[in-house]
Amino acid sequence: MNDNNSLYQEAIKQFAKAAHGHGQLQHATGAAQLDNPLCGDRVAMQVAVTSGHIAAVAHASKGCLLCRAAAAVIGLRAVGQSEAGIASVTEALERMLKSGEPLPAVWPELAMFEPARAHASRHRCILLPFRALLAALQSAPSSAAADRPAVP
Amino acid sequence: MNSKLPTSPHGHRGPAECGLSVPGESAVLHPGVKPASLRDGFPLLAGAPALHYLDSAATAQIHRSALDAVLRHETTSRANISRGTYRLAEAADLAYERARQTAARFLNAGSSEEIIFTSGATASLNLVAHAFGNTLRAGDRVLISIAEHHSNFVPWQMLRQRTGIDLALIPVSASGRLDLGGLSELLDSRCRLVAVTHLSNVTGAWTDVATLVDAARKVGASVLLDGAQAVQHGPQDVQALGVDFYAFSGHKCFAPGGVGVLWGRAELLAAMPPFLAGGGMIGEVTPAATSWAAPPQRFEAGTPPIAQAVGLGAALEWMMSLDWAQLHARESHLCRQLIEGLQTIPGLRLIGPEFSAARAPIVCFDIQGLHPHDICQVLDARQLALRGGHHCAQPLLAALGVGGCTRASIALYNDEADIQALLDGLHFVLKELA
Repeated sequence: MNDNNSLYQEAIKQFAKAAHGHGQLQHATGAAQLDNPLCGDRVAMQVAVTSGHIAAVAHASKGCLLCRAAAAVIGLRAVGQSEAGIASVTEALERMLKSGEPLPAVWPELAMFEPARAHASRHRCILLPFRALLAALQSAPSSAAADRPAVP
Repeated sequence: MNSKLPTSPHGHRGPAECGLSVPGESAVLHPGVKPASLRDGFPLLAGAPALHYLDSAATAQIHRSALDAVLRHETTSRANISRGTYRLAEAADLAYERARQTAARFLNAGSSEEIIFTSGATASLNLVAHAFGNTLRAGDRVLISIAEHHSNFVPWQMLRQRTGIDLALIPVSASGRLDLGGLSELLDSRCRLVAVTHLSNVTGAWTDVATLVDAARKVGASVLLDGAQAVQHGPQDVQALGVDFYAFSGHKCFAPGGVGVLWGRAELLAAMPPFLAGGGMIGEVTPAATSWAAPPQRFEAGTPPIAQAVGLGAALEWMMSLDWAQLHARESHLCRQLIEGLQTIPGLRLIGPEFSAARAPIVCFDIQGLHPHDICQVLDARQLALRGGHHCAQPLLAALGVGGCTRASIALYNDEADIQALLDGLHFVLKELA
């Protein structure tokens, strides 16, 4: 099995199929939709933020297996996180893809994306749901006022 | 400077390097014969015998003659053009203008002065949208089609934003061909330009240019063809086509990237203001005002892609040396093999017309439940290079009800083994991604 095939390991297929968090929120406080202009993929992310932390998350993802698996990891792990926490995970994921730095232990499922390091054209597929989640959080009025540094 | 040129480029007969027979000679290249000598003319393919390169609609591989010409130019004649009187500069001038003459012969243009070198088809189309666009007024109509590549779509939307032109769209049929049934309603006296693809980069459908040109002439509209895909499949004849502008890129016709051509009828070019300003495009510059050079220099501001143009000239010379009747028969045979094979794959939808003579070997397909990027990634593991996505044609894909699709595009160096490898690969994809 070579790099390309190991990219599509069973865990990715299972997460994409499980689609944790797929759907819509009744009372979202923040929402964002991001596209990948290279392929037309689209992730719509909704969040309900309470006291600076994600109380609920839902997404509608139209994308490849990698994109949908990443969205499903968010559906499984994002609740309870703050905007700063999501930003930190997103940065760690990006660093892992670009330079192989270790991933945070609290999101162990992200390890399934390690074979994607060798395929730079696919990094955006994995990061798109995380960037959509961050944009949704930033659109929530009460989102993480406590997390954000004060603007001088 | 050259003015009138010999007539049609078609029928040039080439050197033995192309490996094809010519009329009057004995050997005939049957569709089943592997054109090893053609593939050998492409250094990248010769160095990667296991590679099945099926993405020539995005970028065709560069022919050795073009590479050699670039290297020769850069090592023997590199200097700026239209600037120096020393011998090296004159050699650069000569090489550049020879390439212009070659491009004129490739298109059967009336004069090499109708050939403008650009950075590619996108720049050529933007040039027309700006320079010809500056001759349009609010309410004038430009007619494009829903099937256009974004490079022949967005510039006209931007012109609409700048000047208030009316932008109308020719629809497509369910099979993805331009639907010319409503042409008489779309083409009225307000219409100044019809700008459409010559060959779709998604559906592989050739445009019925004769019908469009006839209709456009009746209302006095000019016609532009985006020939980005068409030129890979042989020399074109702009006089026979009856159009007014023709745009193409070097990287799609076995030449270097970073160079392209805009051909325009002399009288239209003469009436157009410049697009970009800078050195080389002026008549006289004074503090009060500037006058313009005559075309084509009027539209070639700054230092052009000189070596790339020389490489393009070499690639076009090589293309004109080939027997395109045989090559078309061969491409058609491979296209049929591919389409018939694709139709046996469960859940596969062909995007574009069924196999026919009016179809080029650019074949897009969608497989139910599978994303094109995943398909292409798995195929890559089997040395198959294909493109997946929206192919810079989002309005067309939306009209056809497709989010994205996978494209196999066949060029003259492909053979039956490439097609079979793809078909086998797709069966593997079905198992791998199930």
